[in-house]
Amino acid sequence: MNRLESSSLFQLTSMRFRLFLREPEAVFWTFIFPILLAVGLGIAFRNRPADVLQVGATTAQLSQALAADKGLTATTMDEAAGTRALATGSILLLAIQRPEGIEYKFDDTNTDARTARLLADRAIQTAAGRREAVRAENQLVHETGARYIDFVVPGLLGMNLMGSAMWGLVFPLVEARQKKLLKRMVASPMPRWQYLASFLLSRLLLLVIEVAVFLGFAGLAFGVPFRGPLWELALLCVLTSVAFSALGLLVSSRARTMEAASGLLNLVMLPMWILSGIFFSASRFPAAIQPLVRALPLTAANDALRGNMLQGMSLGQLAAPVAILLAWAAAAFAVSLRIFRWR
Amino acid sequence: MTDSRNAATLTLDPGGNAPSLLLRGLRKSFGDVVAVDGLDLEVARGECFGLLGPNGAGKTTTIEICEGLTEADAGSVELLGLDWRTGAGELRQRIGVQLQETQFPDKLTVEETLRLFRSFYRRGISVDESVQRAQLEEKRGARVGTLSGGQKQRLAMACALVGDPELLFLDEPTTGLDPQARRHLWNLVDALKQAGRTIILTTHYMEEAERLCDRVAIMDHGRVITQGTTQQLIASLGAEHVVEFAVAERQAGKLDVAPLLAIPGVQSHRVDAGLHQLSVGELHTAVPSIFAALDGQGLELSEFRTHSATLEDVFVSLTGRTLRDE
Repeated sequence: MNRLESSSLFQLTSMRFRLFLREPEAVFWTFIFPILLAVGLGIAFRNRPADVLQVGATTAQLSQALAADKGLTATTMDEAAGTRALATGSILLLAIQRPEGIEYKFDDTNTDARTARLLADRAIQTAAGRREAVRAENQLVHETGARYIDFVVPGLLGMNLMGSAMWGLVFPLVEARQKKLLKRMVASPMPRWQYLASFLLSRLLLLVIEVAVFLGFAGLAFGVPFRGPLWELALLCVLTSVAFSALGLLVSSRARTMEAASGLLNLVMLPMWILSGIFFSASRFPAAIQPLVRALPLTAANDALRGNMLQGMSLGQLAAPVAILLAWAAAAFAVSLRIFRWR
Repeated sequence: MTDSRNAATLTLDPGGNAPSLLLRGLRKSFGDVVAVDGLDLEVARGECFGLLGPNGAGKTTTIEICEGLTEADAGSVELLGLDWRTGAGELRQRIGVQLQETQFPDKLTVEETLRLFRSFYRRGISVDESVQRAQLEEKRGARVGTLSGGQKQRLAMACALVGDPELLFLDEPTTGLDPQARRHLWNLVDALKQAGRTIILTTHYMEEAERLCDRVAIMDHGRVITQGTTQQLIASLGAEHVVEFAVAERQAGKLDVAPLLAIPGVQSHRVDAGLHQLSVGELHTAVPSIFAALDGQGLELSEFRTHSATLEDVFVSLTGRTLRDE
């Protein structure tokens, strides 16, 4: 046996690595799922040349006037059918011909519907002979980095780093405890720290593949920008993964059954899925809960990843989220090593 | 008090000739349940020692205290002249452990599992040799999840042996195995005995203890109720044979025991679920007299058999219960 093979840390780490690769579901969730999600979102939120809004009108004459605007497609329908179409979302606005003039039926809390109201009114007024008071021209700008896909890719990366670190630690650890394997391990001369370290090491190894595949895809397929230094981005990914591994260790430190562990995991991750700005900016939440939102590790991770990728911020400028991640990592490790149940 | 005794043992004997295992006044409770209640044991080097008893007797707790997995509430534990508080690192290297119900990862192969465990020990046997000893050559590249119960148990044994331990703990090594797999494992233990290893095993199978152990201790309610060689324990019954009979149902309760106990060579009588048991010294003289006595009372027998006394009978005579009683 050579020296590497007789090293218990090497053996433990390669065991983790093998067990992961032999679990097809885990491979899917870690490597394939984030790509599918990015593709799905990329398609759903792709920036169309001009967003054409669906509207309805009660007379053919109105429809004709509306269709004159390139931003609208109009369908003629009676008022009852139009109301149903509105309710199901297949049209955004219904223009109704009344004896005294036009009535617009739409939901004013929907941004697209408000836009449709402006376009529809302009088209109808123009058809009726209104002239512009001031001449206006458009100059169109399509900048990378400001699209939805640019916003969502770092968020998905953060979410994936959280998920793979947490599931990757909690499930094998709790399973090993449940199957009395943990107890068997500590009955051998194995150093306990090596057992836990092997999880971190194999996580970091997988991280390289996982992040490279996902970001490589996002860069090639969507042209998502990488404005900050790549090595700093790598460092942020490692830091995020370490912080969530620590949290995963904490979640798995006492649980004896998978059911208990799953419940705990959801309790920990669900608030972050909602609050931490994966799909929309975390600043949308009311000011009262902002301190809580900002303190969550996933918010910090997403802010740091977006700062690096989209704004090209340096590590120094990202000191606040980095400090939050470090604090979570340190606190979670300290507590879980103290309370970890080895049997 | 515990400390001064340890100090004395250490100065007198640096560990070379110390017993493999020395337990003194061991106690352990889990909440209100007393699992081990003042236990003393001594196992010599090279001995195969059996801890015997029904489920819940405290065998596993005792063995896990010995293995350094559970801390005793009181008492002292000394293995190979070492103590868990001061010599844990050294002890882990020198003992081998097989726990009840360990499930190794299903998706690792036999060889990978053994390689992993081998890496924990400074010295030991090669992976090849441990595969061979556990007779798992054909399953070497197979995943653990595909092994039979007996093969899994042999893998657990192989993992306990890769460090070439001086002292081996086997906790119910054959529970749940079919008779063939059980004999297979017994052969493995035989080979270890011949190699001079000290083995401490727990079991609730009497025939296993009789087959494998040089000495046994019978445990009940957290205490050792008797210990010695199998022959000594059976001889302590004062009778080498057991006669069992049952009286036809309609006559049940009509039996007068006194004439039976008066027969020379009959030591004791007990009845369990309608089955009468007599401990008997000399079968060839006692059996005709027993028949005569039963006939004299006009009783009709529905069952009659004899067997050589076993550890089971020792347990029954000491506790009035059978081992399989839960």
